[in-house]
Amino acid sequence: MLDISEIKTFEHDVLIVGAGGAGLTAAIEASSQGMSTGIVMKSLLGKAHTVMAEGGMAAALANVDERDHWKIHFRDTMRGGKFLNVWRMAELHAKIAPERVRLLEEWGAVFDRTKKGLINQRNFGGHRYPRLAHVGDRTGLEMIRTLQDHGIHQGIQTYMECTALELLKNENNEVCGLVCMWRETGKFIIFKAKSIVFATGGGGKAWEITSNSWEYTGDGYALAYKAGAELMDLEFTQFHPTGMVWPLSVKGILVTESVRGEGGILLNSEGKRFMFDYIPERFRSETANTKEEASKWLSGDLNARRPPELLTRDVVARAIYEEVKAGRGSKHGGVYLNIATQRSAEDIKRKLPSMYHQFKILAELDITKEPMEVGPTCHYFMGGIRVDADTTMSSIPGLFACGECAAGMHGANRLGGNSLSDLLVFGYLAGKHAIEYAKKITVHSQFDADQVTKIIRSATDILNRESGENPYLLHEKLENNMQKNVGIIRTKDDLESGIYQLEKINEAYKNVKAKGASQFNPGWHEAIGLGNLLITSEAVARAALLREESRGAHTRADFPEEQKNWLNYNIIIKKGEDGKMKLAKVERPVPNPELERIAKSSIDALEKEIVEERKQEGI
Amino acid sequence: MAKRIFQIFRGDSENGVLVNFETEVKEGMVVLDVILEIQAEQANDLAIRWNCKAGKCGSCSVEINGKPKLSCMTRMNEYFSDQTITITPLKAFPVIKDLVTDVSWNYEQNKKIKPVKLAPESKSEKGYVMYQEDVERVQEFRKCIECYLCQNVCHILRDHDKKDKFIGPRYMIRVSSLEMHPLDIEDRIPELKKDYGSGMCNITHCCTDVCPENIKITDNGIIPLKERVVDRFYDPITIIKRKIFGKKKKRLPPF
Repeated sequence: MLDISEIKTFEHDVLIVGAGGAGLTAAIEASSQGMSTGIVMKSLLGKAHTVMAEGGMAAALANVDERDHWKIHFRDTMRGGKFLNVWRMAELHAKIAPERVRLLEEWGAVFDRTKKGLINQRNFGGHRYPRLAHVGDRTGLEMIRTLQDHGIHQGIQTYMECTALELLKNENNEVCGLVCMWRETGKFIIFKAKSIVFATGGGGKAWEITSNSWEYTGDGYALAYKAGAELMDLEFTQFHPTGMVWPLSVKGILVTESVRGEGGILLNSEGKRFMFDYIPERFRSETANTKEEASKWLSGDLNARRPPELLTRDVVARAIYEEVKAGRGSKHGGVYLNIATQRSAEDIKRKLPSMYHQFKILAELDITKEPMEVGPTCHYFMGGIRVDADTTMSSIPGLFACGECAAGMHGANRLGGNSLSDLLVFGYLAGKHAIEYAKKITVHSQFDADQVTKIIRSATDILNRESGENPYLLHEKLENNMQKNVGIIRTKDDLESGIYQLEKINEAYKNVKAKGASQFNPGWHEAIGLGNLLITSEAVARAALLREESRGAHTRADFPEEQKNWLNYNIIIKKGEDGKMKLAKVERPVPNPELERIAKSSIDALEKEIVEERKQEGI
Repeated sequence: MAKRIFQIFRGDSENGVLVNFETEVKEGMVVLDVILEIQAEQANDLAIRWNCKAGKCGSCSVEINGKPKLSCMTRMNEYFSDQTITITPLKAFPVIKDLVTDVSWNYEQNKKIKPVKLAPESKSEKGYVMYQEDVERVQEFRKCIECYLCQNVCHILRDHDKKDKFIGPRYMIRVSSLEMHPLDIEDRIPELKKDYGSGMCNITHCCTDVCPENIKITDNGIIPLKERVVDRFYDPITIIKRKIFGKKKKRLPPF
């Protein structure tokens, strides 16, 4: 019989789950006011997904192009998100990002510099001006290391290689704790906390071709869902246009958008620069329509419009998909991405060192001489836990969410570079509001011992079963199903058959078996993560079936256009009383008229307005 | 392609053996692919750390045929097709299970290092002013992915187990990245001598040889730090000058 009193319990005012950019930022903020702060992470400190981010963090610092302004960043973000973003979140993000980037510099980040010695900024898809503060193509490493090295001196308690299993709530339906498992020993621990911040990232590991690692099993979505929180916009899963396609063993690994930001072009097997054929109406007036204009832009002509390779990710990913489908793909089923003809070898090695290294070793290809082969790869979840824009609190009191696991900021499609800045802005806000919430609570709630027993039992059952399904092979089935039926282009038939398959996999999962003991047992960890991934996958597939339109990253072949009516709705997912997943079309609030005006202004009018504003302020 | 033989360490710090596995190697595979394939098909509980699979996170460090390497960046075609591949955990750290070692000591070293402190007078309205040519030196050190391969091959730590005397190459270049930061005004030279053990390194360059980021750890990081310690504590002229004129301030770039 399980004795709860033998399980070690830790108490914190604020507990953060996840130690990527968002989690670390939240932890730093929470600890800054002397609150007891703990941070739980599945991997070692400094290894979270943020470390893989390459291109940069978007902020209207206006260091490279003085015309930049938060309003333009906001407008770009809303247009990129096809106006489905939570308006207030996009506003907060655009306004706060610059100061948070500068703060990172104060904490030791060493960004690439402009000639004047300021933080340099590069071009990226969907951003009107060079806006991404960066360090070569290893910006995520710079960010996580800076936060880590700053964070270790703030008195934050870190719990490494510790997997979150389930949330605990008190009788008032408020979050009051978390049950976890040490990966090393397989022992369980309980955290008591006055508020909990989820910064758990996404769930891209449900697809076969993905840039995500084993960690991305949608833990935050599943744990929040099981505790009764609302999820939103799960149908919007971003397929990054450029993942590696060859060799097979590295299929899906990310090729940074910076390659295109630095001038890289996309070609089909006929040598045609095909992106000129895929410029959507909404972006036509702001995109170059000839090679000549595109190369003028690359050489720094401020009046030239941006090349079509820098259209938003949803557009580029679909274009690549169409080219391959039409039989104009590369040798291994992608298209060609060429930087060799656009930049000198020296420039490429200086600006894109890790891409050079990655292709040299993993594909035995020299990107300064030859084109890369690339294709779409599942990359990012725009949807997630539904939160309040200002406080980041979820629909469960005391549970906060920030970063990729939170919904709303990016709408139907995220712009490259807006993720790292999202982590800084909303990580900070989550930390801030989690402390405020915790301050109001005087004593820790008691948790329900039966609930803890149940959570632990469901984890240990996986080990104790006599025999059963191999978790790795079951995961592979899930990946194949999501790739085939809930992929980049979706139809009703595919989605329905995807959901049917998911039900079968769910059934098999009930009998999943991990062999071996509980100490550092990846098979067991895999099986636990798979449970979360299954909930996440079902939410994505069901939401994708319900949204009968194509918007941003969600493309329905049977409903190929944006439907005006659908702009007024979010799909909200919640666990029903009967334990089944419930979906609802929920009407969106009326946008703030001033924000709406900014987002819908023509670029010329908005730029004029900013110039006038600055004149009046005497800048 | 044919099946190949792999010997993988299985066990913990007390007991362990090399276990033979046979698996198929396909074109383009790296050693980590092989390990994960064996894990999925033959040994579900085989322990290994990994994350990014692209040489960016530094999680999957192991010793392959005795050489410390990132398993995600080591291609199978580096080896002869009939060669048995032996995969063992990092030797300098205690084994937790199979290929996973306890690297917590490293995190403790990092805490000893005083954090960055920038000269407030260098801050303009648009942030701190630093020039590319001045930051390039520390950007090299900041490429470190904390794979601990350098810590693993350092004789002081690996063979002599003097973990109480020397923080190791990884943290020497972390100190370098701070000491050579163009705007940092903190002084870490006394600790470098006393607590970090800069005198322990005997410049064998083993750390530089294994660095997957090709950081010139010894030449660009450790040697200049050793020189600073010597200047401060052992150069008679500097000592006299300091007695007369006081402590030298760091030079800040003009702007």
